[in-house]
Amino acid sequence: MKTSKILAWIAIAIGLIYFFVPLIGTFEFSLRMRRGEYSLDAYQSVFSDMQFRETFGFSMLMALFTIIFGMLLVVPTAYWVRLRLPQMRPVVEFITLMPLVIPAIVIVFGYLRLYNSSSWLPFTGSTQGTNALLVLSYITLSLPYMYRSVDTAMRAIDVRTLTEAAEILGAKWPTIMFRCIFPNVMSGVLSGAFITFAIVMGEFTMAALLNRPAFGPYLQLVGANKAYEPSALAIIAFAVTWLSMGLIQLVSRFSKLAPSRP
Amino acid sequence: MRGDLLLPRAKPERMSTATTSFIDRRIVVDWLGIAPFMIFALMFLIIPTLYLVTGAFFTPDGEFTFKNIVDLFTPSIMSAYWISIRVSVASALGGAVIGFFLAWAIVLGGVPAWVRSGLLTFSGVASNFAGVPLAFAFLATLGRTGLVTVLLRDWLGFNLYSTGFNILSFFGLTITYMFFQIPLMVLILTPALDGMKREWREASEILGASTWQYWRMVALPILWPSLMGTTLLLFANAFGAIATAYALTGSSLNIVPILLYAQIRGDVLHNANLGYALALGMIVITGISNILYIWLRTRAERWQK
Repeated sequence: MKTSKILAWIAIAIGLIYFFVPLIGTFEFSLRMRRGEYSLDAYQSVFSDMQFRETFGFSMLMALFTIIFGMLLVVPTAYWVRLRLPQMRPVVEFITLMPLVIPAIVIVFGYLRLYNSSSWLPFTGSTQGTNALLVLSYITLSLPYMYRSVDTAMRAIDVRTLTEAAEILGAKWPTIMFRCIFPNVMSGVLSGAFITFAIVMGEFTMAALLNRPAFGPYLQLVGANKAYEPSALAIIAFAVTWLSMGLIQLVSRFSKLAPSRP
Repeated sequence: MRGDLLLPRAKPERMSTATTSFIDRRIVVDWLGIAPFMIFALMFLIIPTLYLVTGAFFTPDGEFTFKNIVDLFTPSIMSAYWISIRVSVASALGGAVIGFFLAWAIVLGGVPAWVRSGLLTFSGVASNFAGVPLAFAFLATLGRTGLVTVLLRDWLGFNLYSTGFNILSFFGLTITYMFFQIPLMVLILTPALDGMKREWREASEILGASTWQYWRMVALPILWPSLMGTTLLLFANAFGAIATAYALTGSSLNIVPILLYAQIRGDVLHNANLGYALALGMIVITGISNILYIWLRTRAERWQK
């Protein structure tokens, strides 16, 4: 028993070194911009860069659209599969897992061939169309995470009874959807939303190949051209990921405190 | 089952009211409910993939051919696949071993509960911290002027780069990938280790087994589908990744996703259909490892009932 405890602490120490040394290294590097002393110059340089603000804002907007339209697609589908088409469950689940199997670069390659400006559906023919395609590609990427978290939340409520109760009280389907189902799976919607946010903010492949001014390609550009700013940006990106994950924890803890069973 | 009760009860009523329609209206409505999802999946997931897959078997003039597939086996493309596979295998194995010991430590190592919850939370963050920023982090740590490189040189007089180490290499990419591989392993394996029943350990101890015998003859045979399956998942995870490698090495390390990226950008292979074949090769490799993962997971679940 004694030796296993020592081994356990050794394993945790190795893990901590692996996880924290790069973070400390990055943070230290980001402070080195002014010669001979530590300063926040790199952060100042990043925050005063117009391109940083523009690309960060653009990615935030894309993330927002991805979350809204993704959830409008995923929640009714998960609901419907549970209520009416349980035999389709394996198929739908399989499809939602496909983006984990097919690499993002392959998916976007297909888009560029199918939806280019000379095709039957020229998404990439205009800026707005390309932005729409980018959002659609992000929905595809985050499908596994969104579907999973919504479906898990839906398992905890009795969809059928809720629907019957609402129908008996005379509710039409928009009411059922937006005033019964959505509020009851809010914890799943929110945790799916935060993980989607984290994915979209750092995403590089889709945005770079669709040529949109998102945060991911901007990071790559700065990395290729500057010395200290990339470290500051890595710390900022880590903070964004950390914030998203922290909010997921908070949501799940909150939903455990106030279970919304019918 | 409530669901089974509801359907037969509702069906006859509808049948009598909607006799005019040829097909039962309810069935149509049922299928219309998931139509938006199906259309979305077809348009933005399945058809784009199938387009590339079928394109791999045609010449630019539209004739059926296996030439693109054969052309994949030229040395330059093969070397890209080979280095991709090596990086993915190495980072998956490294991630699996370290991740397994970490998961074991927090589940069975008798460490305080806050260590466990802290490590799991951190794993959730770190497994999602990939892409370009991760490359920056490792450049700032192990690059030529990175913190660890500098500290080793100034304090221990050890020049890391004189040993032939380079962060922009196979080895550098592998340890960078392990930063998200280890936490992923911890996240997936912790529930599997939680599922190990105390009785198994007690039973084997009563029968006189040593710790080593318990692990070799009881625990590992039960765990190996989980271990293997998760390692395969890590492999596929690394194989499809591009952003980290691209930001870290530019195009100096010729892995498949970077080659495909260059092909999409500027047709470096001078044959669009060969590009499709390259994509097909990626799908086949990640597909096989995922199918094996799913198969192994169903085996692993036998013991978790």
